[in-house]
Amino acid sequence: MKLKDIALRNIRRRKAKAGFVLAGLLIAVSTAVALLGLIEAMNRDIQQKLEEYGANILVLPRTENLSLTYGGLSLGGVSFEMQEIRQADLGRIKSIKNAANVAATGPMVLGAIEVNTRKVLLAGVDFQAAEILKPWWKIEGAVPGDYDVLLGTEAARILNLQTGDHVKIKGSTFLVSGVLAPTGSQDDQLVFARLDTAQSLLHKEGRVSMVEVAALCTACPIEAMVSQISRALPGTKVMAIQQVVQGRMETLSHFRKFSYGVSVILVLVGSLVVLVTMMGSVRERTAEIGIFRAMGFRRSHVMQIVLLEAGILATLAGIMGYFAGFGSTKAALPFFNGTSGIDVVFDPILAAGALAAAVLMGLIASIYPALLAARIDPTDALRAL
Amino acid sequence: MSYIQAENLFKQYGSGEAAVMAVGGMSFKIDMGEFVAVMGQSGAGKSTLLSMMGALNTPTTGNYSVDGLEIYQLGQDQRADFRREFLGFVFQSFHLVSYLTLLENVMLPLVTVKMSSKKKRALAEDALLRVGLNGKSHRLPGQTSGGEQERVAIARAIVNEPPILFADEPSGNLDTKTSREVMDLLQSLNEEGMTIVMVTHSPECAGYARRMLRISDGLLVEDVPLNGSRGAIQAVVC
Repeated sequence: MKLKDIALRNIRRRKAKAGFVLAGLLIAVSTAVALLGLIEAMNRDIQQKLEEYGANILVLPRTENLSLTYGGLSLGGVSFEMQEIRQADLGRIKSIKNAANVAATGPMVLGAIEVNTRKVLLAGVDFQAAEILKPWWKIEGAVPGDYDVLLGTEAARILNLQTGDHVKIKGSTFLVSGVLAPTGSQDDQLVFARLDTAQSLLHKEGRVSMVEVAALCTACPIEAMVSQISRALPGTKVMAIQQVVQGRMETLSHFRKFSYGVSVILVLVGSLVVLVTMMGSVRERTAEIGIFRAMGFRRSHVMQIVLLEAGILATLAGIMGYFAGFGSTKAALPFFNGTSGIDVVFDPILAAGALAAAVLMGLIASIYPALLAARIDPTDALRAL
Repeated sequence: MSYIQAENLFKQYGSGEAAVMAVGGMSFKIDMGEFVAVMGQSGAGKSTLLSMMGALNTPTTGNYSVDGLEIYQLGQDQRADFRREFLGFVFQSFHLVSYLTLLENVMLPLVTVKMSSKKKRALAEDALLRVGLNGKSHRLPGQTSGGEQERVAIARAIVNEPPILFADEPSGNLDTKTSREVMDLLQSLNEEGMTIVMVTHSPECAGYARRMLRISDGLLVEDVPLNGSRGAIQAVVC
């Protein structure tokens, strides 16, 4: 028989007290694991959404002019006859260090045209890349062919055109192959055509006005990609579109801080439960401790028995708490909007952390009761019998 | 030099007006292999004296040594080691640990000893055999009679083969027949060379001892040999 056998026997004997300690630690650990698991899942969800978000890098020609448009309002004419990017140079994007993270590159040429006596902006795009770059686009009709155009919803309303109509642009007749569902963006006001068609109509063959790039940023540093593209395309201005992502990350950061706060409170409450229960247990065992001391147990042996009990229960609570938290995360995840596609995966670091935290919590909370047990005067203890 | 020496042992509980003197300056010597009965009325200081002799209760003043070792000059851990190696305790109410089996209770003094579990088990089984309880080793204390519990307490006290055994009213809670068996057991241990100091109210049980210390109001008032007087008394009462 060893000290651990005494600890185990006592746990078995005092099932209610052991259950109380176990429950206190288990609730703290499982809640912390569930919250941290949710944060992790939501973080992965954001990363996934980022990938679905479309273009997150814009490449524009470098210009010394300041924009005279704000919120869709144009104050004065904006010249589109400015510097442009050579389409042939775009191949260099494929040679940057993080080229593997580039999901799509969408060159766009812009220019003013006249349709039904109204000035309108024509955008030539690569519709194949647009599928990745603008996943929110819903075309009512078909993707334009060589002699077709696609109208933004506002452009269609103002020009009084609909799918199937024909329209004359610079002497050629084009079929309106489709109309974009409202996007809430500037796209609503544009007329879209295939890139080469638009370049030909605008006399900008081999040139593009801007480039949209979709970077898969689960693991890539977007700022690094921006500087890599800048170096690959000198004379351009490369920008990362980060506001939306930053907004979501900030929300997640608040939730993370809240979760840490809740976890700390639960850990404190759990520790308090352990402390109070172990103190009660030690007081109940005064006489027994007196016998141990009379039998030649040192104070440290008595401490070891108490700490072993706490350690055994805390280890159990750590293991059970992790799996309870894991299950809770799985159960709770579908209730969080937009995270249904994300699954919770076994995280060995979180599991080890939960176990270590539970053991540490159990042991720290039991130090005082263990000291109390060790300081029990054997004479007083035996007299109490 | 005597094996156990107490010099002017004094124990006071509390202080000022609330101070209570439990032992008021006792001096005596006990030789190795003696069987000493400590007698006195309730509150006379018998148990306090026994706890001081058991290295459990530090005297307010005085010296106490065993085999030349000044017990109260030792640290807490050394005193615990001394108890484990030199002393066996038999308490009046048996003081068995309720959730441990009889065998495990007997193994308690060996828990902190560096020894294989197999050896500990063998020693405990041997001790139970000596007190006649080898067949009940896996029972819990609550499943046994008072006499059996007292025997287990004795087995536990002798499992590590200590040279000294302290017994506090060992027959206090037992019937006449069981008392006699327990006293016979203590006597046989003494005959094997164990030094026994036994606190008792009962003159009949004291008759098993070869010397009697009588205590009154914390003072040693009588120290007499008891050679040859026990036989007639023990059969009747103890």
